Amino acid sequence: MHHMNGAELTIALLERQGITTISGIPGGTNLPLYTALSHSKRIRHVLARHEQGAGFIAQGMARSTGQAAVCFATSGPGATNLLTAIADAKLDSTPIVCITGQVHSDMIGTDAFQEVDIYGMSIPITKHNFQVRSAAELLEVIPQAFELALSGRPGPVLVDIPKDVQTEILEFADWPVPGQATAIAPCNARALENAARMIAAAKRPILYLGGGVVSADAGDAACTLAENNDIPMVTTMMALGAIRSDHPLNLGMFGMHGSKKTNLLMQEADLLIVAGARFDDRATGKIAEFCPQANVIHIDIDASEIHKLRSAHIGVLGDVGEALTRLNDQLPQQSRPEWIDQAKEARRDTSTVVALTGKDQIRPFELIRDIAKHVGEQAFIATDVGQHQMWTAQHYPFCRSRHWLTSGGLGTMGFGLPTAIGAALANPDNPVVCFSGDGSFLMNIQELATLAQEQLNVKIILLDNQALGLVRQQQSLFYDNRLFASEFANAIDFVAIAKGFGIKAVSLKTNNDSMLAYTLRQPGPCLIHVPIDRREMVFPMVPPGAANTTMLEGECHACA
Amino acid sequence: MPVPDTRRETVLELRVNNHPGVMSHVVGLFARRRYNVEAILCLPVDDGAQSDIWLLVNESDRLSQIISQVEKLADVRTVVRHAEDSCLFAGLRQQMYGGGELKESA
Repeated sequence: MHHMNGAELTIALLERQGITTISGIPGGTNLPLYTALSHSKRIRHVLARHEQGAGFIAQGMARSTGQAAVCFATSGPGATNLLTAIADAKLDSTPIVCITGQVHSDMIGTDAFQEVDIYGMSIPITKHNFQVRSAAELLEVIPQAFELALSGRPGPVLVDIPKDVQTEILEFADWPVPGQATAIAPCNARALENAARMIAAAKRPILYLGGGVVSADAGDAACTLAENNDIPMVTTMMALGAIRSDHPLNLGMFGMHGSKKTNLLMQEADLLIVAGARFDDRATGKIAEFCPQANVIHIDIDASEIHKLRSAHIGVLGDVGEALTRLNDQLPQQSRPEWIDQAKEARRDTSTVVALTGKDQIRPFELIRDIAKHVGEQAFIATDVGQHQMWTAQHYPFCRSRHWLTSGGLGTMGFGLPTAIGAALANPDNPVVCFSGDGSFLMNIQELATLAQEQLNVKIILLDNQALGLVRQQQSLFYDNRLFASEFANAIDFVAIAKGFGIKAVSLKTNNDSMLAYTLRQPGPCLIHVPIDRREMVFPMVPPGAANTTMLEGECHACA
Repeated sequence: MPVPDTRRETVLELRVNNHPGVMSHVVGLFARRRYNVEAILCLPVDDGAQSDIWLLVNESDRLSQIISQVEKLADVRTVVRHAEDSCLFAGLRQQMYGGGELKESA
């Protein structure tokens, strides 16, 4: 018989799940868990400085590996601080297991100190959640939490454990089997046959790839389908990295800040093969006018996504990789020379190459390309949310699945730094670059302390325009240039702040490629502060609510 | 004078795991996907290990989408969509209020 308390059991079950790193912050109601964790020889704890940071550190581990990652928080404010990171994980289908302390069972419902109903609060933003009522329940709940987080469409799971459950002594005979992803039912054969027939009959098909292609590791299968059948590929922001940016059939990102020629070419498509994507409004623009002539084959692991926003002529429920592979087996090779010529022309799009300043000054799109050159294909790229994120999405030469870490669905400012820390913890041999903006960076800047403590190889590129750039851009373009609450009046000395945290920092005020290369080569963390002109904008841009055919364009000074 | 609702009503019958949070999982889903629930009935079955929940809802073209979201809930075992209210809620209404009118309280 095994004999231990609920906290020790929880840690043992996490060890048996293969967890080696947990991010979190201790507090009154999870102290038994922390005491048990202090005895673990297999799990390393990373002390975040805010629970939202802990949540995003877990996301960085999960997104970069595809494995479920764990974070800890105490009850009350500790638990509510996790919520944004959980909601973010839900919208981007990221498997994390969040374990919160809760007040003693007898005190639940009495407005006890640091009591909140985190179970109730997290229902809408988790895939599933639990409140554990006895130590014995942990034997089922912990493996089930992992199974749910990883199975089908991945997502976040919250497990709330009252303090008395953590201290309750339990005797039990057998360990449960660790939770893992359940097998996925094979795709319907007739649906695939019909899809193959529809693809063969199409004159202007486009393969529309979403984040599900990353989850399913189906980038190669997508490229094979595209190459064998002369089908151009487009990606959502979440699918960047699933296929190489330099693949000749990759027309890049479409949508609000996608390339103009790609958006326009999509309007001519007579067939969309949608793989692991969900017709998000930032991708489709006004959906009633999105690819109006196209038939739709929608492949997704989540049945509720098929027909949700755009009805599909053929829905294929199942694993995207399996579906694409089986389509490849069924389809003979087919050439579509005229369509491919049009696609190759779309690849020559330059609508994203926009800058106010001349070549002698730092221009965001060039800086991003230069950094990619210096850090190489092994690097993980995390971003915050805003203009710097869009410029990186537009210009970074992506080449690997799971190396692009960005907040897509929720668009959470503050995502970048802790997520980069998580990616670096899970991938200690790879460089990690975090592109951020001054607005976003301030939202989780406390994690610089975590980074300094862990001495991880994270390079922060801080594009500082002293503004909430994308907000300023919208006010400038769509609100009569009435700039209000989008510019920061006071300049912040980010270099001094980083140094105060114990992080090396430099300011890059002029084009200095050798200094950039040297700084990026140094081991350990570093902040590279890059002041930019606040009038710089992200172009092209589909106005919110407009069709993707309506694109505002910018100009490039001396870009030719 | 309220306009009589001429929309067709449907009853969804859910078999769920019975625990304190399951009702809020189900009802919250309808609320946040802005789908109105007209009436609810819930009874424990299987010695209390599971429950049956009947939901009276209006037909709309979004109903299939809501049902597929309900089917994703981890505690929902099965969902049956009945073509109409098979006397369940009408009978209950008759029983409680008699002829659809609220009885005067004493």
